[in-house]
Amino acid sequence: MRTSHVGLMILFALFVSVVFATLMRDDPKQQLRFGAQLFTAFVVGGIALGWILYFFPL
Amino acid sequence: MRATTADREQSATYTYLICLAAWAIPGAGHLLLGRIQKGVTFLVALTLMFLCGLWLQGRLFPVEIRQPLVALAALADMGIGLPFFIARGAGAGAGRVVALTYEYGNAFLIVSGLLNMLVVLDAFDITQGRK
Repeated sequence: MRTSHVGLMILFALFVSVVFATLMRDDPKQQLRFGAQLFTAFVVGGIALGWILYFFPL
Repeated sequence: MRATTADREQSATYTYLICLAAWAIPGAGHLLLGRIQKGVTFLVALTLMFLCGLWLQGRLFPVEIRQPLVALAALADMGIGLPFFIARGAGAGAGRVVALTYEYGNAFLIVSGLLNMLVVLDAFDITQGRK
Protein backbone atom coordinates (compact mmCIF):
# COMPACT_ATOMS: atom_id res chain seq x y z
CA MET A 1 0.00 0.00 0.00
CA ARG A 2 1.34 3.42 -0.94
CA THR A 3 1.86 6.03 1.75
CA SER A 4 2.57 9.72 1.40
CA HIS A 5 3.96 12.25 3.87
CA VAL A 6 0.83 14.40 3.69
CA GLY A 7 -1.44 11.37 3.99
CA LEU A 8 0.37 10.15 7.11
CA MET A 9 0.36 13.66 8.60
CA ILE A 10 -3.40 13.85 8.06
CA LEU A 11 -3.88 10.40 9.61
CA PHE A 12 -1.76 11.42 12.62
CA ALA A 13 -3.70 14.69 12.99
CA LEU A 14 -6.97 12.74 12.84
CA PHE A 15 -6.03 10.36 15.66
CA VAL A 16 -4.66 13.10 17.92
CA SER A 17 -7.69 15.35 17.28
CA VAL A 18 -10.15 12.57 18.07
CA VAL A 19 -8.43 11.69 21.37
CA PHE A 20 -7.96 15.32 22.50
CA ALA A 21 -11.53 16.30 21.59
CA THR A 22 -12.90 13.28 23.47
CA LEU A 23 -10.71 14.08 26.48
CA MET A 24 -11.50 17.77 26.69
CA ARG A 25 -15.23 17.92 25.86
CA ASP A 26 -18.12 15.90 27.30
CA ASP A 27 -20.94 16.63 24.88
CA PRO A 28 -20.64 14.71 21.56
CA LYS A 29 -21.59 17.78 19.51
CA GLN A 30 -18.92 19.85 21.23
CA GLN A 31 -16.44 17.00 20.75
CA LEU A 32 -17.15 16.99 17.02
CA ARG A 33 -16.80 20.76 16.77
CA PHE A 34 -13.61 20.93 18.84
CA GLY A 35 -12.16 17.90 17.05
CA ALA A 36 -12.78 19.50 13.65
CA GLN A 37 -11.13 22.73 14.82
CA LEU A 38 -8.11 20.84 16.16
CA PHE A 39 -7.82 18.73 13.02
CA THR A 40 -7.96 21.80 10.77
CA ALA A 41 -5.38 23.59 12.91
CA PHE A 42 -3.02 20.59 12.82
CA VAL A 43 -3.26 20.12 9.05
CA VAL A 44 -3.14 23.80 8.10
CA GLY A 45 -0.36 24.42 10.66
CA GLY A 46 1.64 21.46 9.35
CA ILE A 47 1.40 22.59 5.74
CA ALA A 48 2.20 26.22 6.69
CA LEU A 49 5.24 25.11 8.69
CA GLY A 50 6.35 22.94 5.76
CA TRP A 51 6.24 25.96 3.44
CA ILE A 52 8.12 28.14 5.93
CA LEU A 53 10.86 25.50 6.18
CA TYR A 54 10.98 25.36 2.37
CA PHE A 55 12.68 28.76 2.43
CA PHE A 56 15.32 27.55 4.93
CA PRO A 57 16.96 24.53 3.28
CA LEU A 58 19.42 22.47 5.34
CA MET B 1 -20.44 12.09 57.84
CA ARG B 2 -16.68 11.59 57.84
CA ALA B 3 -15.13 8.82 55.77
CA THR B 4 -13.51 6.14 57.87
CA THR B 5 -9.96 4.94 57.25
CA ALA B 6 -11.34 1.70 55.75
CA ASP B 7 -13.52 3.72 53.33
CA ARG B 8 -10.56 5.80 52.26
CA GLU B 9 -8.39 2.69 51.72
CA GLN B 10 -11.16 1.04 49.70
CA SER B 11 -11.53 4.21 47.63
CA ALA B 12 -7.77 4.38 47.01
CA THR B 13 -7.69 0.71 45.94
CA TYR B 14 -10.61 1.36 43.57
CA THR B 15 -8.79 4.36 42.09
CA TYR B 16 -5.59 2.36 41.55
CA LEU B 17 -7.54 -0.49 39.91
CA ILE B 18 -9.31 1.93 37.55
CA CYS B 19 -5.96 3.54 36.62
CA LEU B 20 -4.36 0.12 36.10
CA ALA B 21 -7.23 -0.98 33.83
CA ALA B 22 -7.09 2.35 31.97
CA TRP B 23 -3.38 1.86 31.33
CA ALA B 24 -3.58 -1.84 30.39
CA ILE B 25 -6.44 -1.50 27.91
CA PRO B 26 -6.95 1.94 26.32
CA GLY B 27 -10.38 3.28 27.32
CA ALA B 28 -11.08 0.52 29.88
CA GLY B 29 -10.99 3.01 32.77
CA HIS B 30 -13.71 5.14 31.21
CA LEU B 31 -15.76 2.06 30.32
CA LEU B 32 -15.60 0.87 33.96
CA LEU B 33 -16.62 4.35 35.13
CA GLY B 34 -19.68 4.28 32.86
CA ARG B 35 -18.35 6.74 30.26
CA ILE B 36 -19.13 4.37 27.42
CA GLN B 37 -18.83 6.79 24.49
CA LYS B 38 -15.46 8.09 25.65
CA GLY B 39 -14.17 4.62 26.49
CA VAL B 40 -15.08 3.17 23.10
CA THR B 41 -13.56 6.18 21.30
CA PHE B 42 -10.27 5.81 23.19
CA LEU B 43 -10.23 2.05 22.66
CA VAL B 44 -10.72 2.34 18.91
CA ALA B 45 -8.59 5.45 18.25
CA LEU B 46 -5.58 4.56 20.40
CA THR B 47 -5.49 0.89 19.37
CA LEU B 48 -5.72 1.86 15.68
CA MET B 49 -3.00 4.46 16.14
CA PHE B 50 -0.73 1.88 17.76
CA LEU B 51 -1.44 -0.65 14.98
CA CYS B 52 -0.70 2.04 12.36
CA GLY B 53 2.67 2.58 14.04
CA LEU B 54 3.44 -1.11 13.69
CA TRP B 55 2.19 -1.14 10.08
CA LEU B 56 4.50 1.80 9.30
CA GLN B 57 7.43 -0.32 10.53
CA GLY B 58 8.10 1.73 13.64
CA ARG B 59 10.16 0.31 16.47
CA LEU B 60 9.07 -0.68 19.97
CA PHE B 61 12.14 0.58 21.79
CA PRO B 62 13.85 -1.51 24.47
CA VAL B 63 14.60 -0.03 27.90
CA GLU B 64 18.27 0.89 27.63
CA ILE B 65 19.39 2.96 30.58
CA ARG B 66 22.71 3.76 28.87
CA GLN B 67 20.80 5.57 26.12
CA PRO B 68 18.41 7.94 27.94
CA LEU B 69 16.47 8.97 24.81
CA VAL B 70 15.87 5.32 23.86
CA ALA B 71 14.76 4.57 27.43
CA LEU B 72 12.34 7.53 27.35
CA ALA B 73 10.94 6.37 24.00
CA ALA B 74 10.49 2.89 25.51
CA LEU B 75 8.57 4.37 28.46
CA ALA B 76 6.36 6.31 26.06
CA ASP B 77 5.77 3.14 24.00
CA MET B 78 4.78 1.25 27.16
CA GLY B 79 2.14 3.89 27.90
CA ILE B 80 -0.27 2.03 25.62
CA GLY B 81 -0.32 -0.91 28.05
CA LEU B 82 -1.06 -4.50 27.04
CA PRO B 83 -0.92 -3.91 23.26
CA PHE B 84 2.79 -3.09 23.70
CA PHE B 85 3.54 -6.38 25.44
CA ILE B 86 1.35 -8.39 23.07
CA ALA B 87 3.12 -6.86 20.05
CA ARG B 88 6.50 -7.49 21.66
CA GLY B 89 5.53 -11.09 22.41
CA ALA B 90 4.38 -11.58 18.83
CA GLY B 91 7.71 -10.31 17.52
CA ALA B 92 6.22 -7.16 16.00
CA GLY B 93 7.75 -3.70 16.31
CA ALA B 94 11.30 -4.66 15.38
CA GLY B 95 11.48 -1.49 13.28
CA ARG B 96 13.15 -1.18 9.89
CA VAL B 97 15.42 1.87 9.93
CA VAL B 98 15.71 2.01 6.13
CA ALA B 99 11.93 2.05 5.64
CA LEU B 100 10.56 5.38 4.38
CA THR B 101 7.91 5.35 7.08
CA TYR B 102 10.17 4.34 10.01
CA GLU B 103 10.09 7.73 11.75
CA TYR B 104 6.35 8.07 11.14
CA GLY B 105 5.86 4.66 12.70
CA ASN B 106 7.85 5.71 15.76
CA ALA B 107 5.80 8.90 16.05
CA PHE B 108 2.53 6.93 15.92
CA LEU B 109 3.75 4.37 18.50
CA ILE B 110 5.19 6.93 20.92
CA VAL B 111 2.29 9.37 20.71
CA SER B 112 -0.32 6.61 21.13
CA GLY B 113 1.43 5.66 24.39
CA LEU B 114 1.63 9.25 25.60
CA LEU B 115 -2.03 9.90 24.75
CA ASN B 116 -3.02 6.80 26.71
CA MET B 117 -1.15 8.23 29.72
CA LEU B 118 -3.33 11.35 29.42
CA VAL B 119 -6.40 9.10 29.26
CA VAL B 120 -5.26 7.38 32.48
CA LEU B 121 -4.91 10.79 34.17
CA ASP B 122 -8.43 11.71 32.98
CA ALA B 123 -9.81 8.48 34.46
CA PHE B 124 -7.98 9.32 37.72
CA ASP B 125 -9.59 12.77 37.78
CA ILE B 126 -13.03 11.23 37.29
CA THR B 127 -12.52 8.85 40.23
CA GLN B 128 -11.50 11.85 42.36
CA GLY B 129 -14.71 13.68 41.44
CA ARG B 130 -12.89 16.49 39.65
CA LYS B 131 -14.84 15.91 36.43
